[in-house]
Amino acid sequence: MWAMTSAAAAARARAILECRGLRRSFGDLVAVDDVSFEVTGGETYGLLGPNGAGKTTTISMVCGLLEADAGEVWVAGQRLTTRAVEAKAAIGYVPQEIALYPDLSARENLAFFARLYGLGRADTRQRIGDVLGLVGLADRADDPAKEYSGGMKRRLNIALGLLHRPRLLVLDEPTVGVDPQSRNAILESVERLGAEGIAVLYTTHYMEEAERLCDRIGIVDHGRLRAEGTRRELVSLVGERDRVLLAGTGDLHAAGEAAAPVRGVLNVSEVDGALELLVGDARSRLPELLATVGAAGLAVTSVEVQEANLESVFLHLTGRALRD
Amino acid sequence: MRAALAITRNDLHRRLRDRSALLVALVLPLALAGIFSLTLGDVTDDEVMFEYALVDADGGAVAQAFRRALGEIDAIHLTPDADAAAATFVVPRGFSAAVEAGRPAHLDVVGDPDAPIGTLVGEAVAAGFAEEVRAVAASVLAAHGRGDPAALARRAAEVPSPLALEDVSAAQKELDARTFYAAGMAVFFLFFTVQLGISSLFEERRDGTLARLLAAPVPHWAILTGKIVTSLVIGIVSMTVLALATSLLLGAEWGNPVGVGILILAGVCAATAVTALVATLARTQEQVASWQAIVALVLGMLGGSFFPVGQAGGLVATLSLATPHAWFLRGLGDLAAGGGVGAALPAAAVILAIAALTGLVAVVRIGRLVQP
Repeated sequence: MWAMTSAAAAARARAILECRGLRRSFGDLVAVDDVSFEVTGGETYGLLGPNGAGKTTTISMVCGLLEADAGEVWVAGQRLTTRAVEAKAAIGYVPQEIALYPDLSARENLAFFARLYGLGRADTRQRIGDVLGLVGLADRADDPAKEYSGGMKRRLNIALGLLHRPRLLVLDEPTVGVDPQSRNAILESVERLGAEGIAVLYTTHYMEEAERLCDRIGIVDHGRLRAEGTRRELVSLVGERDRVLLAGTGDLHAAGEAAAPVRGVLNVSEVDGALELLVGDARSRLPELLATVGAAGLAVTSVEVQEANLESVFLHLTGRALRD
Repeated sequence: MRAALAITRNDLHRRLRDRSALLVALVLPLALAGIFSLTLGDVTDDEVMFEYALVDADGGAVAQAFRRALGEIDAIHLTPDADAAAATFVVPRGFSAAVEAGRPAHLDVVGDPDAPIGTLVGEAVAAGFAEEVRAVAASVLAAHGRGDPAALARRAAEVPSPLALEDVSAAQKELDARTFYAAGMAVFFLFFTVQLGISSLFEERRDGTLARLLAAPVPHWAILTGKIVTSLVIGIVSMTVLALATSLLLGAEWGNPVGVGILILAGVCAATAVTALVATLARTQEQVASWQAIVALVLGMLGGSFFPVGQAGGLVATLSLATPHAWFLRGLGDLAAGGGVGAALPAAAVILAIAALTGLVAVVRIGRLVQP
């Protein structure tokens, strides 16, 4: 018989979501392979990976839509399976595709799901008002959803996930196909939720969203969790090396030889008539670098600094770009 | 159960707004029943009346007996206007004398080429009378040694009407045209109407709301129950409204209300079970829509929703007994024959057996409908 150790029990008590060794196959394709992570209250955890990496399959198991072949999901201290009715009450699910009744208004859509989640009449009224306000749809609450723009539908999609005050909100690529204005509104809503103490699991293939929203990020590729941690921790995996591109006129070769010994410079190469340097903490080293190459005879006409980011981390970990 | 009822309530709320649902559930069956009753009702209605003229050049006792016999047939009306008649019976001079003497006699029927059915009926009436008179004449001759005109006329008048075939018990169990088409169309479209419940799971899967339902704290059985109850409620309401509407608007006579209610309940259960079974075999919304339409159409045609195939006899009549439609119409026929509630029970039992059989298979397979 399985017994939980006191340490594990304490960890589980802190974590709103705990996934351990999740695995799921479809025929010969292993969509999710030994994925483990946890999300605590008030934390926004991002699953970052390209399309087909296994993010949606992972979320489907987290929300009880798919049974895992192996591994466990615990939500708010309860084991979650496809038939775990009580555990599901702690989850707010925002699927990747817009999932609402187009012939019903926003208010009617919300009222229906409020009944399914067992909200009382007064509570339902209040929560509908709250979430409509949160996503900015209060003035269109009684219009049929089919008359909404794509961005408005997306926002209603999120409101449906938030309605019953979930302890864990799961958002699966909520900004796909959304205009910049609605996208920003969605991101602001998610930022507020984290501040309210809700645990948020957020999947995306947009690096900028993961960097902006997530306290911790798990990098997923080919069904496996390649690395996880804060942005700083992940970037440190590639040594926080920035890429500096110097273009100009003059002796490139001599400038390169002069720049190589500068402190922080890790590598120098000539690329398409410019100097490419890998530099640790490029912003602080830039004045010294410019002075050195100038003294070596290079009249610099443009400077480009690319700081290490999750894109470079993903490239480092998987050997391919995030959007491949 | 709270969740199941919430799902049913939501579905009904949405269907009430859906004009195409109202069209299939009420407007189409009502319109088709009305059209069929108006166009085909005169041909099949028990109360059909043919106009005939009678030219009596004989004036004898047998000719007078023939006139009286015609007067006793409900479906025949004698008119003095030969031009308005479907056919004219001509009794030639010497007809009675020839019959009395046991000689060959002729009774002519002059038909209107534009009224072939009326002419055929007239021929049948005349042939039937001639047969009976010949039998009576032979009987009288056997009894008295020669024809007694008075006895012959009396006996001829007493013989059953040649159209007595209309009075056999089977005919009394048939529905009149208005009721037949009202009930036929109602049960035919019932198999489309109930699809709005269980098959809407495919619509929910397409719209993504099924995944949302599955992620909610709702047991799978509650989702399925909600959908099945939706089918049952829509089916019962549409059938009840159609029964009332066709009674008021078309003059259909459905029979004992309790018996009709039992048949409707059984029919709705069968339609829901058959529809659910078909849904469990399909993979996509397109598949389920086309397969269910084919099944509804085949069962409707075979079951006699459009014409009474049971009277055709043979293999088709036998196969029709496998359909809920045939038993539904038969149950209504039994009620129309004057039976009380009990008259509907045998047919209802068979319909429920079909429902149980198909429903059992559907239940075994139904879990696959609640997968994201």
